[in-house]
Amino acid sequence: MIQVLDYGAGNLLNIYNALKKATKTVEVVKNMNNINEADGFVIPGVGAFDTAMIKLRRYEKSIKKLDIPVLGVCLGLQVMASISEESVKNIEGLNIIKGDVVKFKTGKKVPHMGWNTINVKKDSILLKGIDNGDYFYFVHSYHINPLNEEDVIATTSYGYDFASVVKHENFYAVQFHPERSGVKGLKLLKNFAGLCEC
Amino acid sequence: MLAKRIIPCLDCDLSIPTGRVVKGIKFKNLVYAGRPELLAEKYYKKGADEIVFLDITASVNNRRTMTDVIKKTCKNTFIPLSIGGGIKNLDDIKKVLRAGADKVTINTAAVQNPELIKEACEKFGSQCVVVSIDAKKVKGEYKVHVYGGRKATNLNVLSWAKKVEELGAGEILLTSMDRDGTRKGFDIKLTKRVAESVNIPVIASGGGGSIDDFVNVFNKGKADAALAASIFHFNLLSITELKEGLKKEGVNVRL
Repeated sequence: MIQVLDYGAGNLLNIYNALKKATKTVEVVKNMNNINEADGFVIPGVGAFDTAMIKLRRYEKSIKKLDIPVLGVCLGLQVMASISEESVKNIEGLNIIKGDVVKFKTGKKVPHMGWNTINVKKDSILLKGIDNGDYFYFVHSYHINPLNEEDVIATTSYGYDFASVVKHENFYAVQFHPERSGVKGLKLLKNFAGLCEC
Repeated sequence: MLAKRIIPCLDCDLSIPTGRVVKGIKFKNLVYAGRPELLAEKYYKKGADEIVFLDITASVNNRRTMTDVIKKTCKNTFIPLSIGGGIKNLDDIKKVLRAGADKVTINTAAVQNPELIKEACEKFGSQCVVVSIDAKKVKGEYKVHVYGGRKATNLNVLSWAKKVEELGAGEILLTSMDRDGTRKGFDIKLTKRVAESVNIPVIASGGGGSIDDFVNVFNKGKADAALAASIFHFNLLSITELKEGLKKEGVNVRL
């Protein structure tokens, strides 16, 4: 059973529908009360960092204790970081993937919006069947700068290279929207379901 | 590198409960092309980068049908979905986004109440808000038209484009009314002028009829994306063929 956390940070229909293509056992949960039943956990997110972290704070301990595979999507990746430039209230992230989240500093249009490619840096089950040059759908103005290079699974180029797929132990995260990235996005979610043995 | 996007536009008649796609030019030569969610899925599988549903029904009683269509579409189509046609206020936008749409396009409502753009961006995020601009030449100047292109305003297209960017719009969908449905090529001059005067993505629309037309609108017109309807609905060019043709001409597309 893969649980998708609904913590009020955006629409979950699409990630739910996409995960349903990967495995029958997906459930949207409004809290972590039944986390013991989960084989995998997804943290989605659209919107602002502060709003998301305020809502996620109550789950911080429970999330960090998880030993099942966890997947953060878009803002769900950024909340896993240490701090974010987007924060106006000096709110800290979950500090699972050490590093700070910064705004794109290139001459290019922001947000980074549209289909862009990934450059795979490390082998990972999450990216099985996904190659260099495969396109995913991005829409974001901030990106993570992981402290540890080993946490970077893939990068994407937009003015400069930034980390688009990260992993630390059982915590995976993607900056793009796999549920909007067509067949390759669905493949990634299928791989995640595989990791969860679902 | 960010790819140029190909976006099929499905005009939807929502006067019947399941909704149906309309093929044809501005209410003439209407041919019905089946259920929106099925056609959207077909284009998705053929390589479309995004889908736009435009509600062309004259009535305001279609909200429920549109949300049903969106929900059905999102079950099997996993690319960004934009909804437009008669979106008037924040509540309309909220319903559509809640049903699964990624973006809304607003046109007449934005001209009548520019503050709506700002409010929508603040509430839902700029990335959700596309301002659609229908442009037609009136005495040599490109003027903004509203009400499905039926009414001319005194607004200059370029000034309006800059204004909507200022108000926070995430993207501009720019339609050349003179070229729409003709398949005689996009209006390159118009597209380039607008694309070079704003710092947000511009989706070109109106006149896409051949691979060359799309090559030109990207290379010369500086568009970030191109929207087309009849060329796809009438099976004149498949999305796959189009993208392969674009790639051959050096345009970066997702294949």
